[in-house]
Amino acid sequence: MLNLIVSQYNYWIYVVLMMVGFYAMMAKRNLIKKLIGMNIFQSAIILFFISAGVKKGGTIPIVPEHAHEAVIASQFVNPLPHVLMLTAIVVSIATTGVALAILITIYRRYGTLEEDEINEIIGSRR
Amino acid sequence: MSHHPFIPLIIIIPLIFSYITPLIGWWDKRLCYPWIIIALSSSLFFSLITLHWVMIHGTIHYHFGGWLPPWGIEYVVDHLNALMLVIVSSISFLVAVYSKRSVEQEIPKKPSYFYTVFLLEVTGLSGIVITGDMFNLYVFLEIASLSGYALIAIGEDGAAVASFRYIIMGTIGACFYLLGVGYLYISTGSLNMADLSKIIPPLYHSKTILTAFAFFMVGMSIKMALFPLHMWLPEAYTRAPSATSALIAPLMTKVAVYMMIRIMFTVFRPYFSIEVLPVTTILSWIAVIAIVCGAVMALAQRDLKKMLCYLIVAEVGYMVGGIGLANRLGLTGTILHILNDAVMTVSLFLIVGIVMLKVGERDIYQLRHLFKRMPITMGAFIVVALSMIGIPPTCGFFSKWYLILGAVEAQNWAFVVAILMNSLINAILFFRIIEVAYYVPAYSHVGGSQERIPMDEAPLSMLIPTLITSMGIVLIGIFAGKVVTNIIRFAIPPGL
Repeated sequence: MLNLIVSQYNYWIYVVLMMVGFYAMMAKRNLIKKLIGMNIFQSAIILFFISAGVKKGGTIPIVPEHAHEAVIASQFVNPLPHVLMLTAIVVSIATTGVALAILITIYRRYGTLEEDEINEIIGSRR
Repeated sequence: MSHHPFIPLIIIIPLIFSYITPLIGWWDKRLCYPWIIIALSSSLFFSLITLHWVMIHGTIHYHFGGWLPPWGIEYVVDHLNALMLVIVSSISFLVAVYSKRSVEQEIPKKPSYFYTVFLLEVTGLSGIVITGDMFNLYVFLEIASLSGYALIAIGEDGAAVASFRYIIMGTIGACFYLLGVGYLYISTGSLNMADLSKIIPPLYHSKTILTAFAFFMVGMSIKMALFPLHMWLPEAYTRAPSATSALIAPLMTKVAVYMMIRIMFTVFRPYFSIEVLPVTTILSWIAVIAIVCGAVMALAQRDLKKMLCYLIVAEVGYMVGGIGLANRLGLTGTILHILNDAVMTVSLFLIVGIVMLKVGERDIYQLRHLFKRMPITMGAFIVVALSMIGIPPTCGFFSKWYLILGAVEAQNWAFVVAILMNSLINAILFFRIIEVAYYVPAYSHVGGSQERIPMDEAPLSMLIPTLITSMGIVLIGIFAGKVVTNIIRFAIPPGL
């Protein structure tokens, strides 16, 4: 069991991080904390992808232009997951940006970011 | 199998136009409206051409930048995609035409930003439909979702909070999808859908593949608001501005259903989704619960728009149930219902927008004398109501007919009962509104005042799209057989 954890520790870290973020998104009542949870959740997935591309003893995937010997794939890190994650980071930043903008609107309108208080204010207006 | 240069234009036109919209709005606010009409009408034109081409020549493949798949990004348009493309672009065009007055009233200061995000939303939705690459689909899904969050947050009091909840749920859904893509990539090394469907079959019993499939299913269920995961939908769509809910409500859920069909039956073969994992059985039971709960919750609402939102939850149950039947008739019903329900939902939300503009009230019991004030709009409303109940020759009847036939063939009696019960509840829901709007006198407590209610019809820019959708409901109903034999028959994956 311990061996299983240690040999694949990167995946375990990603699972733990993801669950931390998931818990914050579901259970926290403060909207900013929910947003932070969302960021942790997304970062965990990004880390998962990146660690999936890494190979032990692999180097950066740049092949010299006039390489004489054939390229051995196991010597190079797989660049594709990393490139995908560049896009995913952009998506994650955009999501955070939209969420922060919406939180500013919420704060201006209700003067608080606690979900219970906001619900009370909205409930009392109707 | 053919190469067709128009395909990327369907995506690129709204994308480029959306970036230029703020500049145009900065120059003159009034130019934004004709600008997006140009963008969306040309997008509609190209998607109609594409549908025509696909019907004659078969599936279109477009390789981006000339890179061959599976390395490059490939756009694939078969019958199912082409139909979805036409749905997305025609509905977004109609809503754009309609949006003029409602945006002037609800977002008077910054219409240019609204239209920018509107075009981005259309870009995302058509991108989801057109792409043949798993990761590209994720990117378009996020474009559509992010612009959806922004569009919803513009709305009335409470819209921002509802939108934030939608962000949290929607991000979980999209991240689950991304994780599924990651698991597939780790075990197959490919992101291209056609390539994946060739590589996956020998790996059907691998735990990684099973987990990936589970992540896909849950992620897409969140995006389409399948019953236990629907909590974000009613608030978000109710509080959104009229033009937003008319755009997102019919399209976002349908596009997610399309994604589910694509992944269950194209990326994974039907054999996997039906035999290896009993997904279809589970889905058909969830669908029954979704239909019943959606209908019952809709009955409990006084707010017209919120009632419609719960009806969407029930209609998602129809479509997922049709997938869950796992036979040709059921899937035909689902795809036909994607078309029909998109038209019906957009029509209902357009009418609600008109009522909001003219009456400013969404409480069902306050909608008195609407028939005298807006006879044409309410005429359209009756057509949609009949279609939602499922009375021929409106289109709602035919998709329900296929779904019931499929359910009988699969001997899934619970689904048959749920569909029939939902039709009855729809009858109650809509006749309740029609009763209030037609029979209940406006000022009965004043002692039977005889004052004439002046006719106060909606402006033409709102009326014409509404009438087109209600005519569409009847026309699609009449030509349902043609749609099925010419398009949907080819959209059903082989092996089902």
